[in-house]
Amino acid sequence: MEDFLYFFSFQDASIAFVVLGITLLGIGSAFVGTFSFLDNKALLGDAISHAILPGICLGFMLAGEKNPFFIVGGAIASGGLATYLTSWLKDNTKLSEDSIIAVVLSVFFGVGIVFLTIIQKSGNPEMAGLNQFIFGNAIGIVERDLWIYGGLSLGIIGVLVFMLKEFQLLVFNPDFGKALGLPMHQIRLVFNILIILAVVIGIQAIGVVLMAALLITPGAAARFWTDRLKTLLVLAAVFAIISGIFGTYVSYTLPQMPTGPWVVVILSFIALLSFLFAPKKGILYRFFHRKKYIDKTQRDHVLKSVYKAEELGRHALSFEELTQLYPNQKKSINKSIKELEREGQLFINQNLIKLTKPGKMEAKRIVRLHRLWELYLNEYMNIAPDHVHESAEKLEHLLTPELEALLENRLNYPRLDPHQETIPRDHDDI
Amino acid sequence: MMTFDQNAFLIIFTASLIAISCGLLGVFMMLRKMAMTGDAISHAVLPGIVIGFLVSGTQRGLEVIIGAGILGILATLMIDWLRKKARVQLDASIGITFTLLFAIGIILISAFAYRVDLDQECVLYGEIAYLPIDLWITDAGNNLGPRIMWLAILNLTLVLAFITLFYKELKLTSFDEKFGVVIGIPASAINLGLMSMVSYTTVSSFEAVGAILVVALLVVPPATAFLWTRQLRHLIKLTLIIGVMVSLLGYYLAYLLDSSIAGMMVTVAGIIFFASVGFTRYRSKINFGTQNEAKAFSS
Repeated sequence: MEDFLYFFSFQDASIAFVVLGITLLGIGSAFVGTFSFLDNKALLGDAISHAILPGICLGFMLAGEKNPFFIVGGAIASGGLATYLTSWLKDNTKLSEDSIIAVVLSVFFGVGIVFLTIIQKSGNPEMAGLNQFIFGNAIGIVERDLWIYGGLSLGIIGVLVFMLKEFQLLVFNPDFGKALGLPMHQIRLVFNILIILAVVIGIQAIGVVLMAALLITPGAAARFWTDRLKTLLVLAAVFAIISGIFGTYVSYTLPQMPTGPWVVVILSFIALLSFLFAPKKGILYRFFHRKKYIDKTQRDHVLKSVYKAEELGRHALSFEELTQLYPNQKKSINKSIKELEREGQLFINQNLIKLTKPGKMEAKRIVRLHRLWELYLNEYMNIAPDHVHESAEKLEHLLTPELEALLENRLNYPRLDPHQETIPRDHDDI
Repeated sequence: MMTFDQNAFLIIFTASLIAISCGLLGVFMMLRKMAMTGDAISHAVLPGIVIGFLVSGTQRGLEVIIGAGILGILATLMIDWLRKKARVQLDASIGITFTLLFAIGIILISAFAYRVDLDQECVLYGEIAYLPIDLWITDAGNNLGPRIMWLAILNLTLVLAFITLFYKELKLTSFDEKFGVVIGIPASAINLGLMSMVSYTTVSSFEAVGAILVVALLVVPPATAFLWTRQLRHLIKLTLIIGVMVSLLGYYLAYLLDSSIAGMMVTVAGIIFFASVGFTRYRSKINFGTQNEAKAFSS
């Protein structure tokens, strides 16, 4: 608890620096990554993060020391080359996009390893610092780094917010952007530079392999909660902040724990929660929504069966007769009957099932929709009467009152469906 | 000086075996548009390796291979689950899966650092140069040669057995999965089989070439071959030739420049790839030109 208070009061400057650094670069990566996720290029960031290794090494060799300008410059150059090659290969060969990304990623990384071993064998004492660039070391963020990388992250965030409209067009509808006279090629160039910058900054905190998570996971998780771009970006940023703070907290309380991997685990956990529980798109919501729909169709079918029996002159149906109509769903049919009784749509007397007044209205509505749709298919689409039942069986649960009114109007309030059965209305009675 | 001593032979031979195993599997991965899934698996096996290490107490235990195999299959299933059940797009599913599993692997390494002699570097890079001194010595004291070479031979045998046994099934499901399902091929079982072969290959080669370079050998030779031919048999043959070339040239270039052998193998593979891109483009331009001329004459 003491640890908790000490950590979250941020009175320790070094904690504050690490947290500020990791949240800033998290937000920057989440913003850029969300756009490339929406552009269906989620793994481009992964390719770039592997591809900057040779650039980092070359920068180091040229400078002869761990000079941030040379190293970042080299990283941007080789990241840029990799990005360019990816799109060039896509336009000029028949290889699939994932093969291209995998080829570029692994070849650049292989070349990087060759450079790295050459540096290692040269015996340069500054070599040790280079590994930090590759495997990441968030705790290593000191004040000077914060000014450079925090500033760059703020720059990325600023450019993205400032050019939101342009990037939105780039991702969703580049042709429309072109038609508006916007320089889409230059906009893509700016965007690619932003991804590369975000990766170069991010890698030092989190490492080559895990960088992809900072880019992809926040956007993918946020996508489950909203369809609006601005909300999406805000949510992605919030997820990045939460994971950044708690990741740092874990490695603060358990000193042997690395920060980066914990950030990734927390981010993935947030994503998993989103996939499961988000309204509308979440797995659980979709599951229950579907179940609700299936239950409703089954209740509709029960009402329909009892109504059809009445049409044939029977006053009621017994449980057995009803379940015989649906031999495989005995249990769920019984459940539907109980539910309908509770809702007051059915009336059960000993073993006999009858429709109540509201139940009859509902049953008529379903049968009416079914037969109206059959007639519509037959008259307007010229589909033979013996082919219309299947479609009507589905549509009877879906047609809205507005569509019903429209169908009635179009068909001029018909009396009979294509099978010469009466289309029931509320005012007539049988 | 360039020599062809016994060590050189052992390294080139083992590297070729690994390159051939990876290439054979890689052809089918590429045709299924699963190149990046292979990449994901090669990272995702890390926690399996660590857990296997913890259980067996050594990097060489059977438990390591089993652990990695399970994690590889788990990664495949997770990617599939994210894509089909949660409806996340494929590339994002891959990214989320392998980063999570790799992160868990690093956390495990850090948590048991005093018991696990592993680090990210060794998993990502590997080092084949130590191969001739890492010998397999039986309890009776007989020296049977490099341990990793035997692993590579076993691996290649299994890969060859898998591919010859299921050649027809693999071919059909790679080109037209739905048709394969219709004529009664258990496509998802074949898919899982392929994925477990990929994870097994990753584990048995990571000490020698490292996880990312396994990916390079899985992807680059098949992609290069694909530039030259579309016929499956030719694709496989060409992939194998490129794999052996890569091992041979990679070794000697690394020797010349005194650098990582595995890294140089990938560099050579990259050079062959880009040379092929250039050459096939040049060739198709020439063909296109003569065709136009022929048309001009005939009209």
